[in-house]
Amino acid sequence: MSNESIASVTHEPGSFEHTYQPKTAFTRWLDARLPVIRFAAHFMAMPTPRNIKYVWAFGAILAYFLVVQLYSGIILAMHYAPNSAIAFDSIEKLMRDTSYGWLMRYTHVVGASLFFFAVYIHMFRGMYYGSYKSPREVLWMIGVAIFLCMMATAFMGYSLVWGQMSFWAVTVITNLFSSFDSIYPGLGTAIVQWIWGGFSVDNPTLNRLFSLHYMVPFVLVALVALHVWALHVVGSNNPTGIEVRDVKKETLPFHPYFTTKDMFAIAAIAILFAYIVFWMPNYLGDVVNYEPANPLKTPPHIVPEWYFLPFYAILRAIPSKLGGVIAMFGAIVVLFFIPWLDTSRVRSCRYRPIFKWLFWVFVFDALALGYIGSQPAEGSWVFWGQVFTVYYFVHFLVLMPLVGLIETPSPMPESIEDDVKRKAKSTQPQAVPAE
Amino acid sequence: MTTIKTTLMGLAAGLLLSIAPAAAAEQAAAGHEEHYQIPRLKWTWGGIFGYFDQQQLRRGFKVYKEVCSNCHNLGLLSYRNLGEPGGPGFSPEEVKAIAAEVQVFEGFDEQGNIAMRAGRPADNFVWKFKNAKEAAAAFGGAVPPDLSLITRARGIEREFHWYEYPLVMAKDLATQYQEQGADYLHALLLGYVDLPAGRKIADGLNYNRVFPGNQLAMPQPLSDGQVEYGDGTPNTLDQEAKDVTAFLGWAAEPHLAERKKMGVWVIVYLAVLAGLLLLSKKVLWRNIEH
Repeated sequence: MSNESIASVTHEPGSFEHTYQPKTAFTRWLDARLPVIRFAAHFMAMPTPRNIKYVWAFGAILAYFLVVQLYSGIILAMHYAPNSAIAFDSIEKLMRDTSYGWLMRYTHVVGASLFFFAVYIHMFRGMYYGSYKSPREVLWMIGVAIFLCMMATAFMGYSLVWGQMSFWAVTVITNLFSSFDSIYPGLGTAIVQWIWGGFSVDNPTLNRLFSLHYMVPFVLVALVALHVWALHVVGSNNPTGIEVRDVKKETLPFHPYFTTKDMFAIAAIAILFAYIVFWMPNYLGDVVNYEPANPLKTPPHIVPEWYFLPFYAILRAIPSKLGGVIAMFGAIVVLFFIPWLDTSRVRSCRYRPIFKWLFWVFVFDALALGYIGSQPAEGSWVFWGQVFTVYYFVHFLVLMPLVGLIETPSPMPESIEDDVKRKAKSTQPQAVPAE
Repeated sequence: MTTIKTTLMGLAAGLLLSIAPAAAAEQAAAGHEEHYQIPRLKWTWGGIFGYFDQQQLRRGFKVYKEVCSNCHNLGLLSYRNLGEPGGPGFSPEEVKAIAAEVQVFEGFDEQGNIAMRAGRPADNFVWKFKNAKEAAAAFGGAVPPDLSLITRARGIEREFHWYEYPLVMAKDLATQYQEQGADYLHALLLGYVDLPAGRKIADGLNYNRVFPGNQLAMPQPLSDGQVEYGDGTPNTLDQEAKDVTAFLGWAAEPHLAERKKMGVWVIVYLAVLAGLLLLSKKVLWRNIEH
């Protein structure tokens, strides 16, 4: 089938919305009652800027990992026993005696890590190309809420293993609330005991962690639905950061152009995923968690999974416990406000000569915080943790508003079409003059 | 100085059984602790096509049975696992005979007394001790840990500068370094060296250059010529340590070989799929400027 004929079937220029015609008696009947096929056709025809890069595929990749996590998680829940006496052994039983239980378990564990890997790239892409700026503020904020849900789900899922690191991570994180005692005496202690369901992290705590680990993903799926809805209202951003002016010339329907492109990206990520699942399934985890939980024995270095390390570094950078908690949550809360903290009129860092560099400095800062989070809080790491923590907030609260005001944007194309034409010209092979 | 897995030292230091906490802390604080760089060994189950050597597992099982099992257990392993593919490959009769050597709690008889029966292949490995309290009483308070996951619950401490981290990570990913626990265990079994001059250790503990804090309750378990293999393999300490490490590596993950074998086909499938999808995308986008 030639390109032209595919296009004529699915993509009538300028008429993205009303291409669906029910053809059979049943579909006509259904369309009059529940126009679900019409909705899907309309949905999949979303006009999408034709110049978006592969880094935009991380949205689809995240959807893929969400499905992988839901699927493998439901299987795991069939075999898991949320009881502190047998939880650890029930997972080992699954790994050893259930048909392909090891595959489901490693898929879920590695899938969680790659879910975060993908969401971090997705967020950094949004930051680089200014995808949070008007009119995409709500889209971005729903995304931050999804990120929060992911963090809560991942933390609770890790605790279910009931290994040494699971147990002590729960102990450390729930104990953070005891810092509220410094606001009102007894308040923090009351909250912590309420969370624990007792006077220590024990079976009641594990039971509620399991219940919530199963529940929060429902919220997450609902938020993803809102995120996609908001995306369909405002449309995808693109590398130029310029809004679409001519739907016919500057966009393509999502299906089949971007479904095909995203499918390839998902397959490529799946190769990385398989490599880790089948050959290095324990690489991203902590060996201590293969020891069953022991409330009488504290591991000397309690560290979270890699995807929490930057926030863990911020928590430990502040000398006061309450201050650390505020800073750690503040590091995420500040993301809700960046649509208004960024004063630049230009979205894409492509045309922001100063902020482009600050973006990469921020990426380095986040990686540095991650590394520091993995180190024992002693010696010069304490100092550097504080330096990078301060810079994290300076980036959002000082540089972002300030640079937007003083920066002179570099010359921009007139439109997406203009940019695409220029790029096509520059990449075409130059005609070689005849001898 | 930094370490790749900050917890590695801590996890071992936390082993309740074998540390006199105050003494260890004192030693570490005084800077006396010996840092022995654990070498990375080649194991048959490392790498893309890794598998467990059946003869080595049989030798390792012999070491486990004659030495380790006097104190430790493998509670997550079943006797039937010994006859399953990818393992030591004992015949059904051999597995039955091995299982029958233990007595298993069956329930209560009609008079309400505890009823025991001979073990069956479906039973999990039975510990020599009735429970942890009996073991603790026998070893002066230290409980020998279960070894079912020992090669996955241990790692090694590597020293490098922070800027070397990306390189170390890339090398680990490219070489699939997942055998840190095995390297640690092997080095530990070889780690009982003479007490360096000037070092003191607490009564009842043993000096080991690999164990964090260097003071271990377990006395040297293996030595040259300790286990008679009977198949011509030289029974040096190094060989015994390697064999029992291989056996415990298998016990920690009996499905390892199956996992790696399946992975090869999954990667081949995904590579073909990705190639076809890339071609579809290229055909579809052929005449589109973007």
